[in-house]
Amino acid sequence: MSENVLLEITNLHAEYVNNQEDNESIKILNGINLVIEQGKTHAIMGPNGSGKSTLSAVLMGHPAYKITEGEIRFKNPESGQLESILELEPHERARLGMFLSFQSPVSIPGLPVSLFLRNSLKNIRGKDIPVREFRKELKENLSALEMNPELTKRYLNEGFSGGEKKRMEILQLSLIKPALAILDEIDSGLDIDALRQVSNGINRLVDANRSFVLITHYKRLLEYVKPDKVHILSKGRIIKEGGNELVETLEKDGYEAFVKAAEVA
Amino acid sequence: MDSLTKDKKNKDKSSFEKEDYKYGFHDPDNSVYKSERGLSEEVVRNISKMKDEPQWMLDFRLNALAIFLKKPMPNWGDVESLHNIKFDDIFYFVKSTEKQGRNWDEVPEDIKNTFDKLGIPEAEQKFLGGVTAQYESEVVYHSIREDLEKLGVLFTDMDTALKIHPEIVKKYFATIIPPNDNKFAALNSAAWSGGSFIYVPPDTDVAIPLQAYFRINTENMGQFERTLIIADKNSKVHYIEGCTAPTYTSDSLHSAVVELIALEGATIRYSTIQNWSTNVYNLVTKRAVAEKNARVEWVDGNIGSKLTMKYPAIYLNGEGAHGEVLSIAYAGKNQHQDAGSKIVHAAPNTTSNILSKSLSKAGGHSSYRGLVKVHAGAYGSRTNVQCDALMLDDKSRSDTYPYMEIEEENGVKVHHEATVSKVDDDMLFYLMSRGISEDEAKGMVINGFIEPFTKELPMEYAVELNRLIQLEMEGAIG
Repeated sequence: MSENVLLEITNLHAEYVNNQEDNESIKILNGINLVIEQGKTHAIMGPNGSGKSTLSAVLMGHPAYKITEGEIRFKNPESGQLESILELEPHERARLGMFLSFQSPVSIPGLPVSLFLRNSLKNIRGKDIPVREFRKELKENLSALEMNPELTKRYLNEGFSGGEKKRMEILQLSLIKPALAILDEIDSGLDIDALRQVSNGINRLVDANRSFVLITHYKRLLEYVKPDKVHILSKGRIIKEGGNELVETLEKDGYEAFVKAAEVA
Repeated sequence: MDSLTKDKKNKDKSSFEKEDYKYGFHDPDNSVYKSERGLSEEVVRNISKMKDEPQWMLDFRLNALAIFLKKPMPNWGDVESLHNIKFDDIFYFVKSTEKQGRNWDEVPEDIKNTFDKLGIPEAEQKFLGGVTAQYESEVVYHSIREDLEKLGVLFTDMDTALKIHPEIVKKYFATIIPPNDNKFAALNSAAWSGGSFIYVPPDTDVAIPLQAYFRINTENMGQFERTLIIADKNSKVHYIEGCTAPTYTSDSLHSAVVELIALEGATIRYSTIQNWSTNVYNLVTKRAVAEKNARVEWVDGNIGSKLTMKYPAIYLNGEGAHGEVLSIAYAGKNQHQDAGSKIVHAAPNTTSNILSKSLSKAGGHSSYRGLVKVHAGAYGSRTNVQCDALMLDDKSRSDTYPYMEIEEENGVKVHHEATVSKVDDDMLFYLMSRGISEDEAKGMVINGFIEPFTKELPMEYAVELNRLIQLEMEGAIG
């Protein structure tokens, strides 16, 4: 089994550094244990404030979070071994094969989408991509995602609608083709059509070598993209794990029942 | 003792910069004539005599010299730095070759080498309309493509223009910026040498940008070029000037005067990127007039120099005239960019737009200093001023001094907005999560910040500017 492990999170504790000078911080993750295998799709669900977004930011190495205890290991594509990534910068994690789709992607004024994408791919793949090749790749992915090519001529996310921003994240996902895709509330703010397009975009990429972590509040995304495992997060801890059937129970009983059960235990 | 310590400090600084500065090479000094240090009546008479100038120009120079000697230093801007300029240590005229090169073959080899390093011949192949390359104080290479000649466009260096088009020069010279305008305009008027002269006949559209390259190559040499561009009725011209300078151990002074005249319905765009090495004082007077329905655009980038004081001005003198000033300033370590603009609405229904972007890094200091004036009677005028400052660290500084003098109310719209920001951590994290290193990410955010300026530049300038910014960011490591 361990040969197939892509990501291993052990007893992870992390806090948000509110004010670096005063050393004020808020504890958010309280001992997370999670194993992601290659080719599997995991869903992490939980109420607001449970630490879902923090977990995704910490995995990608956001500087605002401090890890106080625990370990994160990721399979190095070259050695095939699980190695600690705690000391790696976000761009180094990305180059190892990690990808994070943001709940609210920032806009960067004046940065043309196509320039950004090409620079990103050059860094991820470790080599320059000829313009013609890049254009071809971009065109194919845009049409597969039913996206308007005009978007790539604009500045990154500037003036984009919520749905356009989310599709831009999926476009990057499908160009980068990471080993691990962490999608933080990719379904929020999407109407039914956009949700279908985004879900199709994800399903196109599901294969035996790629793992997904879907972070979501609701089951509607999970109706399109079927998870192999579901984890319920509360107060910075995973309180329940199970298969796809957990989604149904959750939809019926709500988070409250799980939270209470966990407290009793 | 004090001055000894100071000299030593300067030396340390320059030797560091010499390694640091990308264009810090220089060729052996082969100048034919070198005037003495300092400016005097004798030096001015010599300059005029060597150039074989008409009496009126000699009189003009001598009058300007008298004004220069009397006029006090500006009491605003970087007053302290201004008082460090040692006028008596400067060479006011250096002639690099005996005569002008008519074509590329006649240009001396070491000068060609310098141009090669700057990539000029290549640029020429691409889209040069004509080259006026100023090497030291005089033009050494000059060419005008046949199609320009056919159009009747006059494009020469200023000295030649005085000889072969004396009537046009006399009619417009110093009409926009008289010698008594300020101390540095007076200095330039007394000691000017070189610069570009352009006259575009009525109803003529010069489709290709005209370019000139300038370069200081003699230690302690001031460069006082003088540029005059006249766009006759309903004509259109774009002039581009770019600079790099070698690094030297003592301060250099660059004090140009640029006058633009856009007659009725004409359009002039003047684009500059200046990248002087960080020992240069760059004190430039740039001013334009726009007559009825004319349009003037200054696109002005200041990256280098020790101190830049530059405020391109536009006088909207005719109804319906339009003025634009787009500028960026980059202030790095030990640099002060005091830049801005001045727009005077002196006729009804005139419009103007100012966009200023500044970057400060490693303790650099950038200031925006701008004036918009709407005269009584300039009803229906509209102006929009936007100043954005981006700070790259906590030790750098940015100031904004926007002045508005509005004397007319009828239909006048004035809009002003200023922002000061830092490079956003979330933007960097986003880019880094896509495999982009922190330095490259910073460069991308900064290039995005100045994109509204960069997109107005011709392609190779835009590419070079982006590359410069990226290099600066890579130098920021540690």
